[in-house]
Amino acid sequence: MSGVRVLVGTHKGAFILSSDGKRTKWDVSGPHFTGWEVYHMKGSPADPNRLYASQTSGWFGQVIQRSDDGGKTWFQPGTPAGEPTTGPGGMSKGESNKFVYDTSAETGKPLTTHQFYDGNQHPWEFKRVWHLEPSLNDPNTVYAGVEDAAIFRSKDGGKSWQELSGLRGHGTGPKWQPGAGGMCLHTIVLDPSNPQRMFIAISAAGAFRTDDGGKTWKPINRGLKSQYIPDPNAEVGHCVHRIAMHKSKPGVLFMQKHWDVMRSDNAGDQWTEVSGNLPTDFGFVIDVHAHEPETIYVVPIKSDGEHFPLDGKLRVYRSKTGGNEWEALTKGLPQKDCYVNVLRDAMAVDSLDKCGIYFGTTGGQVYASSDSGENWEPIVRDLPAVLSVEVQTLT
Amino acid sequence: MIRVMLPPHLRGLARISSAEITLEISGAATVRSVLDALEASYPMLQGTIRDHVTQQRRPFLRFFACEEDLSHESPDTPLPEAVVAGKEPLLIVGAIAGG
Repeated sequence: MSGVRVLVGTHKGAFILSSDGKRTKWDVSGPHFTGWEVYHMKGSPADPNRLYASQTSGWFGQVIQRSDDGGKTWFQPGTPAGEPTTGPGGMSKGESNKFVYDTSAETGKPLTTHQFYDGNQHPWEFKRVWHLEPSLNDPNTVYAGVEDAAIFRSKDGGKSWQELSGLRGHGTGPKWQPGAGGMCLHTIVLDPSNPQRMFIAISAAGAFRTDDGGKTWKPINRGLKSQYIPDPNAEVGHCVHRIAMHKSKPGVLFMQKHWDVMRSDNAGDQWTEVSGNLPTDFGFVIDVHAHEPETIYVVPIKSDGEHFPLDGKLRVYRSKTGGNEWEALTKGLPQKDCYVNVLRDAMAVDSLDKCGIYFGTTGGQVYASSDSGENWEPIVRDLPAVLSVEVQTLT
Repeated sequence: MIRVMLPPHLRGLARISSAEITLEISGAATVRSVLDALEASYPMLQGTIRDHVTQQRRPFLRFFACEEDLSHESPDTPLPEAVVAGKEPLLIVGAIAGG
């Protein structure tokens, strides 16, 4: 029997929301990792019981957690599942939490610096993992997007991490700068048709692509326009908020930029704006319908200075034409006095026959639609602020 | 034997149920040797109190003992005699503001 598992990361722990394929009754498990920020949780497409979680804290740093039983039990990689992490054998070595930037092979010094808030160059300093992207076919391979912006890979189920430093080392690093949320690599999209190709996005540097499995990278920001960058043709410096792709059309990318909703039909080589009739084209999330590659969803937010829905109405906008023509989806969503935000990793879709759409808010609600967005209901209303939402479709 | 108190978040991470733990230290008892012993016993705490690489104290954590703030002392400064004797604990405190 089919089912759905919704993985919710919040400011004060993680929650797992489970339902059968009808998606009417939900079981809520959690909080897991109570009191810690859980920036992201995601399951392996190759093994749905394998979950990874980024548990983090401004006080205590970064912890990587893993579950091999669909979220019932968790452990830090390095410890066999189900065994206590404090025993003399099978203990985590603490290596799973260690993210160390590569240095220059020639000098042994930092690979590069980036532009800081004060305009000066600043060395990279690890802060946290924003996003975990498991490999499409190997449960033990997982990518981590981190702040300060870099991409790491683990090939041993999260026990140890190595930087793919070709990204920071390709030359534009000194022009990257932190966005309001820090200089974070928040989006990792794997191309299902080409295991050598990946897309990532950084605030505020832009989007980048590798075609050789992460060895070398190039900026793919042509066509993006950012009013605060003096050079209209700037290669980097753009505040990309999120990129989405449909697995059947991996060359077509959709982007919610700081301002502007964009699309590319050539794997990011050129972008065009598709904001069309959106009431505001600022926002964070963007996602694609599981079965209709030209049906996309965004949640417009008023502005960069006012991170809440326009007019206090929480509306998901859907385009069935790959952009430009948008319709508001409001049934079941608050249409007055709503001033929550929907953060960049907080929307996901399931792949049941009638595609389910899910998103979480900074007010602690997780809304679900089991009919492609026509009707919405909250699964939960009172969680801590939601940082991320991922969905697993279980068969 | 050195007594150490950890903040609740780290006790949860290390699955320590008691408010206080004890550690055997070989050689001089300093913040560094206590943290070395702590991380040897609870490796999942590596990186949570001091940086994995630089070994610098994380900014929002403080070390106290005998009503004194040891946070800015050298990590190799001997701990107070009362801590060495096990009469007082070394407190590792998360500087979490309230109000």
